[in-house]
Amino acid sequence: MNNASEVSGTSPMTYGLGLVLGLGGLMGLFLVANAQDGVMAGHGYLFVAFCTLGIFWMVKRHFDEAGTPAILENGVNYNDAVIRAGCIASLFWGIVGFLAGLVIALQLAFPVLNLDLPWTTFGRLRPVHTSAVIFAFGGNVLIATSFHVVQRTCRARLAGDWAPWVVFWGYQLFIVMAASGYIFGVTQSKEYAEPEWYVDLWLTIIWVVYLLVFLGTLAKRREPHIYVANWFYLAFIVTIAMLHIVNNLALPVSLTGAKSYSLFAGVQDALTQWWYGHNAVGFFLTAGFLGIMYYFVPKQANRPVYSYRLSIVHFWSLIFLYIWAGPHHLHYTALPDWAQTLGMTFSIMLWMPSWGGMINGLMTLSGAWDKLRTDPVLRMLAVSVAFYGMSTFEGPVMSIKAVNSLSHYTDWTVGHVHSGALGWVGFVSFGAIYYLVPKLWQRSRLYSLGLVSLHFWVATIGIVLYITAMWISGILQGLMWRAYDSLGFLEYSFVETVEAMHPFYVIRALGGALFLLGALIMVYNCWRTMRGDLKDEKSALIPTQSRPATAATAG
Amino acid sequence: MAFKHAVIEKNSMLLTVLTLLVVSVGGLIEIAPLFYLESTIEKVKGMRPYSPLELAGRNIYIREGCYNCHSQMIRPLRDEEERYGHYSLAAESMYDHPFQWGSKRTGPDLARVGGRYSNDWHVAHMINPRSVVPESIMPGYPFLAETPLRVVDVGAHLRANRGVGVPYSDEMVEMAEQDLAAQADPDSDGADAVLERYPGAIVANFDGNAAELTELDAVIAYLQMLGTLVDFEAYEPEANYR
Repeated sequence: MNNASEVSGTSPMTYGLGLVLGLGGLMGLFLVANAQDGVMAGHGYLFVAFCTLGIFWMVKRHFDEAGTPAILENGVNYNDAVIRAGCIASLFWGIVGFLAGLVIALQLAFPVLNLDLPWTTFGRLRPVHTSAVIFAFGGNVLIATSFHVVQRTCRARLAGDWAPWVVFWGYQLFIVMAASGYIFGVTQSKEYAEPEWYVDLWLTIIWVVYLLVFLGTLAKRREPHIYVANWFYLAFIVTIAMLHIVNNLALPVSLTGAKSYSLFAGVQDALTQWWYGHNAVGFFLTAGFLGIMYYFVPKQANRPVYSYRLSIVHFWSLIFLYIWAGPHHLHYTALPDWAQTLGMTFSIMLWMPSWGGMINGLMTLSGAWDKLRTDPVLRMLAVSVAFYGMSTFEGPVMSIKAVNSLSHYTDWTVGHVHSGALGWVGFVSFGAIYYLVPKLWQRSRLYSLGLVSLHFWVATIGIVLYITAMWISGILQGLMWRAYDSLGFLEYSFVETVEAMHPFYVIRALGGALFLLGALIMVYNCWRTMRGDLKDEKSALIPTQSRPATAATAG
Repeated sequence: MAFKHAVIEKNSMLLTVLTLLVVSVGGLIEIAPLFYLESTIEKVKGMRPYSPLELAGRNIYIREGCYNCHSQMIRPLRDEEERYGHYSLAAESMYDHPFQWGSKRTGPDLARVGGRYSNDWHVAHMINPRSVVPESIMPGYPFLAETPLRVVDVGAHLRANRGVGVPYSDEMVEMAEQDLAAQADPDSDGADAVLERYPGAIVANFDGNAAELTELDAVIAYLQMLGTLVDFEAYEPEANYR
């Protein structure tokens, strides 16, 4: 394939993108001039800046790239620049998201930290935390790894010249607009779908481009089969598009104002939201990250996937069953019973494909178990799959109505989410980043495997502190709410149950601080690796054969 | 087996279409019936759209992210009914765009907080929660009392709600601007008209500051009506068993 011509040269697409950026800038100016509220005006300025910088960058890149020699790997000039950018963005947003989490955890333990200012209260910062970790950190990891995996497993350069960059930068703009909106009080109040209508429209455009880049690369593939990791990435992209569009249907009060009213009301709105909300977990935080598991675990272990047949069963059963699980967020509410029972039934069934996937991931280590001793990156990946198994067992248990009557509205849910988010999503992402950084920056290995090991232990202790604190506080509070004294009166006032949470909120914040510390160690390690530094370490920690063969040909 | 999965693995379009079909099933079966099964929303007396001031308060409730810590959904469990009151009905949120059921009770449920506390208590609590509940971990919202309520076009908010199905009349839309101010001013000429258009609404100088209509007025107007609309004397649960 002649990649040089693909990279340079002025294609009609280039003019098209320039035109779109120009029009976008004008639209931003229009918003600045006509906005009904400060946030809309601010986002107008942001949009103008984005489009202007985009045009400058296009011009600069046009003149820069003429002389750039193509780096061939397996005869393909892979587009690695956008993945490198994705790794850096993932590290950056990871720290932002974990830090926001630590701040709001401390606010719950020490309410004076809310500062009683509009922009710093828990209510506005909590969406900043959830969106930063799920969409900013998780989303960037997914985009970067999917771009890496789809190229390698298709042996084809990423489709489009500008398109992958549109996805990357457009997505960063979405994050900045979403987070700044929350801080200044713009939210739809739908959990994990808080951005308002115009930010949702922007994400929809970016997401369609993402889908086209992914499908376009699949279409260019030089392998007959589409590798299993790509099925999961594709299901993630397609399903998130569906969920995002339906759940965010809303009528804006004005085209120049941020506020909108959801198309649905009450019970229908609730189930639409939790159909979205649970499948943000199912397809963003599970299917997408299973794509990571199916590529990076085999690569790091240098073993094939355990069972091809199991991956087929895993894929179809997981995506079919997950969609039904939403109603378990609405047990004993005004949602009709039939919907609750259906949701519970499918949530319990979901245990099977989840564990099928876990087994497929863990058993991939068959014949390579010894590497867990010597390769901390592989250890991180393996433990992430173990956490996946644990939280996908806990989830079905909590979806049983009798259990849910105790656990719902309490910290148990928060603990459950974090065993999945920190243990599974966090660790599998860290593993993938540790794999990608030396490879993408053409280093022989990471700066320090000892630091990876340190990161692993600091973060693991943090997770254990976090989830045990939340288990205890959640079950304790649930039991206190329903406790009766011997005369048949409720034993505790609500605020007594709040008071009882304090020590656990402190422990949780400590767990979160350790997790953040681990991530900072990772950032340092990756930064040194990018610079090309190598720490002189004892050979016991350095795996002899863990780097897959393709890495050798990268340079 | 005649069917070979390899066929799907070799055709990206087929894989995409099949995936979309498989993930569509669950949502269609669970969500779509809620829009046409009549038993989904109970028949009740007393539900009405939010008054302009209540709606403005609700939008501030949303803006501040109150739903992150407060549910508005009482479950039919013994302890919850004793603590918070009658379990929540679907009908009670039929005009809620979006719903505010919440998912976490870091603070107590608010579905029936209306009328539980005095306006003065709410003012003190919102300015500094620990002045009335020493163990509270809620943030203080002193800025609400200092911020004048600013809604660019009140009528447009009601029209948007009407666009998504809330039965606001032309009169309500037309008088929205006036009703917004009148509800917080019991001595004004428009106060009676507010009660006529929005039965059961509370007309009061909510924040105790007669000089100015503040965001705190709106929030307290909203809190004081929560869970008070449905006439439970006339409600027959048997007729609405789902």
